[in-house]
Amino acid sequence: MTTIAFTLNGRATSVEVSPVRRLAHVLREDLGFTGTKVGCDAGDCGACTVFLDGAQVCACMVPAGQVAGRRIETVEGLAKDGKLTALQQAFHHFNAAQCGICTPGMLMAAADLFQRTARPSEDEVMDALGGVLCRCTGYRKIVDAVLHVAGRVPAAALDNTPDAGRAVGARFPKVDGLQKLDGREIFGADQAPADALWLRAVRSPHFSATFTVGACDALHRKYPGLVRVFTARDVPGNNGFGVYPQVKDQPVLADGDVRFRGEAVAALVGDRDTVMTIRDDEVPIHYTPRTALVGVDSALAEGAHRLHTDKPGNILAFGYVERGDADAALAAADVVVEGTFETAFVEHAYIEPEAGWARRVGDRVEVTVTTQTPYMDRDEVAQVLGIANEAVRIIPTACGGGFGGKLDISVQPLVALAAWHLDRPVRCVYHRIESMSSTTKRHPARMTARYGCTKDGALSGFTFFGDFNTGAYTSWGLTVKDRVPIHAMGPYHVPAVRAKTRAVFTNETPAGAFRGFGVPQAAITHEALMDEMAERIGMDPLEFRWKNAIRVGQPTASGQVLKASAGLAECLAALRPHWRKARAEAEAFNRTGDGVRRRGVGVGAIWYGCGATSAPNPSTMRMGVAADGTVTLYSGAQDIGQGTNTTMSQVAADGLGIAVDRLRLVWGDTDLTPDSGKTSASRQAYVSGGAAKRAGENLRAEILRLANAGQDAWLRFEPGAIVVEDRGRMQTIDLRRLEAGGPNGDVIMAEGYFDPPTEPLDEKGQGVPYATYGFAAQIAEVEVDVELGTVKVRRIVAAHDVGRSLNPTQVEGQIHGGVAQGLGLALMEEYIPGRTENLHDYLIPTFGDVPEIETILVEDPEPTGPYGAKGVGEHVLCATAPAIFGGIYQATGVRIRRAPATPDRVRAAILARKEQRP
Amino acid sequence: MGFYLRPTAVEEAVRALGERPLAIVAGGTDFYPARVGRVVDEDVLDLSALAELRRIEDAGDHIRIGALVTWSGLIAADLPAWFRTLKLAAREVGGIQVQNAGTIAGNICNASPAADGVPALIALDAAVELASARGTRRVPLTEFIIGNRRTVRMPGELVTAIRIPKPSGVATSTFLKLGARRYLVISIVMVAAVIERAADGTVGAARIAVGSCAPVARRLPLLEAALAGRPIGRALADVATARHLEPLAPIDDVRGTRDYRLDAALTLVRRALAELGTAT
Repeated sequence: MTTIAFTLNGRATSVEVSPVRRLAHVLREDLGFTGTKVGCDAGDCGACTVFLDGAQVCACMVPAGQVAGRRIETVEGLAKDGKLTALQQAFHHFNAAQCGICTPGMLMAAADLFQRTARPSEDEVMDALGGVLCRCTGYRKIVDAVLHVAGRVPAAALDNTPDAGRAVGARFPKVDGLQKLDGREIFGADQAPADALWLRAVRSPHFSATFTVGACDALHRKYPGLVRVFTARDVPGNNGFGVYPQVKDQPVLADGDVRFRGEAVAALVGDRDTVMTIRDDEVPIHYTPRTALVGVDSALAEGAHRLHTDKPGNILAFGYVERGDADAALAAADVVVEGTFETAFVEHAYIEPEAGWARRVGDRVEVTVTTQTPYMDRDEVAQVLGIANEAVRIIPTACGGGFGGKLDISVQPLVALAAWHLDRPVRCVYHRIESMSSTTKRHPARMTARYGCTKDGALSGFTFFGDFNTGAYTSWGLTVKDRVPIHAMGPYHVPAVRAKTRAVFTNETPAGAFRGFGVPQAAITHEALMDEMAERIGMDPLEFRWKNAIRVGQPTASGQVLKASAGLAECLAALRPHWRKARAEAEAFNRTGDGVRRRGVGVGAIWYGCGATSAPNPSTMRMGVAADGTVTLYSGAQDIGQGTNTTMSQVAADGLGIAVDRLRLVWGDTDLTPDSGKTSASRQAYVSGGAAKRAGENLRAEILRLANAGQDAWLRFEPGAIVVEDRGRMQTIDLRRLEAGGPNGDVIMAEGYFDPPTEPLDEKGQGVPYATYGFAAQIAEVEVDVELGTVKVRRIVAAHDVGRSLNPTQVEGQIHGGVAQGLGLALMEEYIPGRTENLHDYLIPTFGDVPEIETILVEDPEPTGPYGAKGVGEHVLCATAPAIFGGIYQATGVRIRRAPATPDRVRAAILARKEQRP
Repeated sequence: MGFYLRPTAVEEAVRALGERPLAIVAGGTDFYPARVGRVVDEDVLDLSALAELRRIEDAGDHIRIGALVTWSGLIAADLPAWFRTLKLAAREVGGIQVQNAGTIAGNICNASPAADGVPALIALDAAVELASARGTRRVPLTEFIIGNRRTVRMPGELVTAIRIPKPSGVATSTFLKLGARRYLVISIVMVAAVIERAADGTVGAARIAVGSCAPVARRLPLLEAALAGRPIGRALADVATARHLEPLAPIDDVRGTRDYRLDAALTLVRRALAELGTAT
């Protein structure tokens, strides 16, 4: 230990630490300055950017010893006297912070730029901030915010704080946005009791092996700071978890058998330095490796070992939809096209790795954790500990990005188990490699499809078979195999469809939920075939889609006749002028250009059912008025950066008739909020929004009942009272005279409940899987360097039917972020277990990769949605890759059939095509 | 916790290196990424206080770049125009955070096949200056790095500077990097090129180096010989052929296939030559 004295945010500071400890960890853990975030500990993400003597550096790579006598500034030091800087305010107004985990790094990098130049250009902004990764925003709103401060972009379009009843549809910033800008927001790794022990999982280096764990006496003797080594036999309840109540096939700690590289085998608990010092090979675990089944072919091969004894052939399950006679329809079609398409594992790459802590409180356990789904976490921890659900409390922190990856549990059962046994608080923070190697991914898919149409452009039939690699455990594999066949033909009216999926176990990272649940993979397939059919019949690709877009009154392949809110045709129509102009410009460019850089424009159209597939999917919201007049929304809907805290407040406020800025919000905590379901399947705006609206309306009805007032009465909330004005008659409800009750101690309360109306699917996939669908169409303008195979996306125009936009600022944020992830899926993202387990080998888009994005919001109201709203979160990602691939085709004549279209693959395809047509 | 020393004089650093094996840290940008998820418990020599190694000096027939000069330091330095290849490479190292911390000596000592600085330094004919208890020695950079993560630096030696000889006349240079995204990207292929102009307007000397296509960045001597004496112009690009890439031995990896790397290397070499052929 060395005493290191330096200046921190202008104040003399001294700390006694190891001089080689990373500055980021010193700031966060030793000094409590948790505004500086750690995303990778390797200089790949920039979340930990601070100033060292006035210049931006990654605090994760600065030895503490180097800051002696120097100046450090962190995000906490930006605001002066509690007043945010112009940069912080611009971030707030432009919605440049979604989840907020990268925001401190972004702000510091931008502040560094303004030290050097007052009016930076867009290129200078990109270069200055290019060292920070963001997974939520798609970067463009960050660029706009910085350029606004530079005086180059006008102020963000915002509505003033809306009056009572006018919140829905208004553009305004996040209700919880300010704390994301000054370091106050608390994420999973930001807080734990000072006496908390640390837990580190020991993970399998093998894809497939049996193992035994020997006695740990020697390890304990060598490391006195090691308190306990937990193994499978220490799990008091069921040593298995999984997202479905009936499937708990993934062990918390492997029991003699590991099925993927990165699987947890043991958990070391002790002081931080001890558990981080012990090397895995010091722990007496003896592995006997076995043939690894990598890829679905090896898992399906004759003689392959079974990953799970009850799953012959390593097949988890099949999904199926059949309507009409697809083979006959294809036989009769004028044109039939077919192809096989492949996609890779894709990593969520949220900048916040999994983290949390637990403590035992008597016979209960409390887990404070970053998550997308507090109530599922609660029930999962309970069954692992063998205690009642109500004996577990989940206290979610802010979630630094989820995208589906934080729907499965990670640290939760580990810290809960350790805290339960030791009766001491226990915390765990995954490091980046651990996060990437042990948590779920997007399913790799191999899909073969045939699509047919008449020569005048009417779709006639479609067949599809897709293998989805679900990795070592079920996770969300059953959802993917069901969702894909329903959506596989795309957002079109197709008279005859047969679509089948197969989810296959392999010795690879479990594949789970990732924004779209398999639909983005399927969209690559159906949209490529749509392009080919359009070309074969000589029809414009956009017009072909418009002609076939499913419309109200037409049945889906599941036999569900759409009753309302099917806005695809309108989305395509809105794109039409952009499309024609961009296609013509690309053709002109290619005619006159040097032939090396060639341009193209593609279109992608998609649909996506909101909410769980033919399953109960309810949400409950609660509101209450306290004796002092405070009105609170108790929302269990977890905000993961998309703005749910804001939109739920808007909907509830309008339901009640109160100005949204008067509404207090309590979110997430399972002891304080009702079950609003998980943040997944684009369901929160639609389902929880429906519950929040009803909660507001029911609270209003209760107040009106107390005042014996009519439906049109006005409410005014005052300290200790509600004034009800009913056609000139004023009445005051004295809240202090009412009895407090209910779970939150309010004097008036109400709940709202909504469960979207669905119906079960039969064995042919016929029924009503979703109550509503969102639709989207995007066009992508690309430029291909045909000599290098590199693809630069120049512009995206995205038209989305969202039913009703609850807050256009937040909806645009979703679209921008989804486009960026779709671009990554299309061009660069490929997770390979054991090889791309960090953020420099696994590439996600950076500042310079995401182009200008123009958004068009189409509002075809959904009658069952709150104020007409439906979901948008996943739709945004599905259309982008197909649009980019269509653009590559116009530019080069090459059809992309394998994602990502990395430079080597694009170049190889260009060369192969040249050989075919010399 | 292990031993930690942060000396302020090179002699002190050299003495410590002579006494025990020490892990060396300066900018930390390679040191820490190799230690994710664990406590650093090695014995460490921290060079960051050696102010004398942060200087860039004009030493008459060569420019001497102190070992601790950062990428940002290089970008900001007032250097002759023919240094452009190294300045362009410096802008491609990580983000600005990394450019502010990472050092030029760290880049060569880490000896990654994809080190952004190495092709440019090789094209500039750089030599490495090493100090030890026994004195100093100089090694051409092409002989200093001998393999993936391997150099000829002895455990008791410290890299103190990079020496770059001045060209005899007018020289131009460039650097091209190919990656799968815009920022923060490990190169698939890099090309650094320097052309010295003879008095008669022909190529006096050419040095072309390719990175990420072999365990160590490679010069292309056959191409360099073929370029010598040619009139400087866009047609220089046409001189390069696949045959000239013979020193390269790329592998298939997550960033690209072997065939793709060779194909892209030729394209980039031609583009670099076209650029330098038309540079004024």
